[in-house]
Amino acid sequence: MREKIIEIENLDFAIRAKQILEQISFSVSGGRRLFIVGPNGAGKTTLLRCISRIITDYRGSIKIKGVNLKTYTQKRLAKILTYLPQGLPGDIPFTAHQFVLMARYPHLSPFSVVSPEDENIATQAMEMTQTACFSERVLSTLSGGERQQVSIAAAVAQQAEIFLLDEPATYLDYKHQRDIHSLLAKINKTNDTTIVCVTHDLNSAVLNADTIIALKEGKIVFEGMPEEIMKEDILEKIYSKKFNFAQHPVTGQKIIVPDIIE
Amino acid sequence: MKKNTAFILIVLFALVVVMIAPFAGLTKIPLSVLKSTTGDTTEARIFYSLRLPRVFTAFLAGAALACCGVALQGMFRNPMAEPFTLGICGGAAFGAAIYVMFAASLSIYCGEIVFSLAGALAAIFLVYGLTKIKKGFSVGTMLLAGIAVNFFFSSLILLLQYVSDFTQSFMIIRWLMGSISVTGYSVPIWMLIFTSAGVIIISSQSFKLNLMSISDEIAIARGVNVKGTRKIIFLATSIMVAAVVAFCGPIGFVGLMAPHICRLLVGPDHKILTPASILFGGAFLTLCDTVARTLIAPAEIPVGVITALLGGPFFIWLLLKDTDSKSSL
Repeated sequence: MREKIIEIENLDFAIRAKQILEQISFSVSGGRRLFIVGPNGAGKTTLLRCISRIITDYRGSIKIKGVNLKTYTQKRLAKILTYLPQGLPGDIPFTAHQFVLMARYPHLSPFSVVSPEDENIATQAMEMTQTACFSERVLSTLSGGERQQVSIAAAVAQQAEIFLLDEPATYLDYKHQRDIHSLLAKINKTNDTTIVCVTHDLNSAVLNADTIIALKEGKIVFEGMPEEIMKEDILEKIYSKKFNFAQHPVTGQKIIVPDIIE
Repeated sequence: MKKNTAFILIVLFALVVVMIAPFAGLTKIPLSVLKSTTGDTTEARIFYSLRLPRVFTAFLAGAALACCGVALQGMFRNPMAEPFTLGICGGAAFGAAIYVMFAASLSIYCGEIVFSLAGALAAIFLVYGLTKIKKGFSVGTMLLAGIAVNFFFSSLILLLQYVSDFTQSFMIIRWLMGSISVTGYSVPIWMLIFTSAGVIIISSQSFKLNLMSISDEIAIARGVNVKGTRKIIFLATSIMVAAVVAFCGPIGFVGLMAPHICRLLVGPDHKILTPASILFGGAFLTLCDTVARTLIAPAEIPVGVITALLGGPFFIWLLLKDTDSKSSL
């Protein structure tokens, strides 16, 4: 078993009287792929925002590589982990190349001078993610799927060990969904990047994850292997509805299929 | 137009304005004054102790306001952000008015600047504090708070005027319109010190401003200390606004317009956008001031009137343009 790279203990977060996260405790080992599922409003995004320190007024403890999250400087933290929000803003006026190069920020000297090495790393990241073809295009002119690929290219150029992704493939067509997940698998394998991914898509979670966590109303209601979550009673508890199952024709993995509406 | 070409054009524009402005005016200045620096003729005296200091002051004030605008617009991803809409100008003006009314007799060293800096900082604390009360930071709330704070300080200034005697009241009104009438070099030197301090600080934040102009989340994910950067930029803008307000009065719209025009010309990268806006803002205010003192010479129009006359329609154009396309930044 590898060392724990993320350790969360008794994480609580509330906005006014509303409890968003309640007694969350789990850990992730380096190089693993954790998928977080759960119904709308379960607190999945909030959880990622706590780990990426966008939210700072939580209670409980989050440790990254054994060190309390609150003791990191933002720059040092960005060398270890990065957050990919659910879609980039649609009005970014920078080119894809400029955007990816900006991800070198945590590695720059205090005077923020971009070196040829930074240029190289950015170019390589764009080649790896197949975004080099639109490197000179302005981000606001790209499609949602292309923007998502550029977002991942930037995270690769940032050379973070942990990617925290919020719904990376939601709202994308089938080809782009496949591209994003295969890209993440490739990055996980070649760079040994730890992936923490929030998704609504149970099937992609089951097919791509090493471990799955399910949140409901701010609490962890399931933690286990992908095959363990695909059970009628467990899913009904999480989503408050019944599911139809099928077997994946290639892997034999149990997957869910859409309901028939009468 | 290529971005580099556009930048060179802005540099040329600034150079031409600064070179021609001191020669414009009621008294014709022969080119020969450039040879004698002693100031032994009337023309030379006008040129060296009135026109040049005034051009320098106008340029530095415009540069400072544009620099504030570019930083605030980038930081808040909002085309309406500038020292005026965020209440910083209002606070500084109130501070300076207090000085004119009550403390001028004490003749504190650099009293105007100290008082207007205190006012600017108070305004920022108020605006920032108002947004802190509600959980979750929204730029919309911030701008509304800024406008509220500006009104609040304007009313306080009106109150001061109401209780003051006629001469003081006239002084305040005249100064609130914004005017750059300086003699000698002490004002331009002070302006140079404050403006360059602010410009250096803000230029050093270019990379962070680029990231923050995308979104705070992205900036945090890339390792920018967003809260710290906001404080640095607030401090730098209050230093610059305080100096401009103390010496020239609250001059509007330069901080709003210059960054916008430059963003259209040189693009969104703050490494080139910031210097372009500084040069453009400086040249623009120098131009407005030259118009202000020559149009009805020997009388003068307050420069704030000229910038506002140009700025009002520009603001409306911006509003209309924004409803057409969402590419405001």
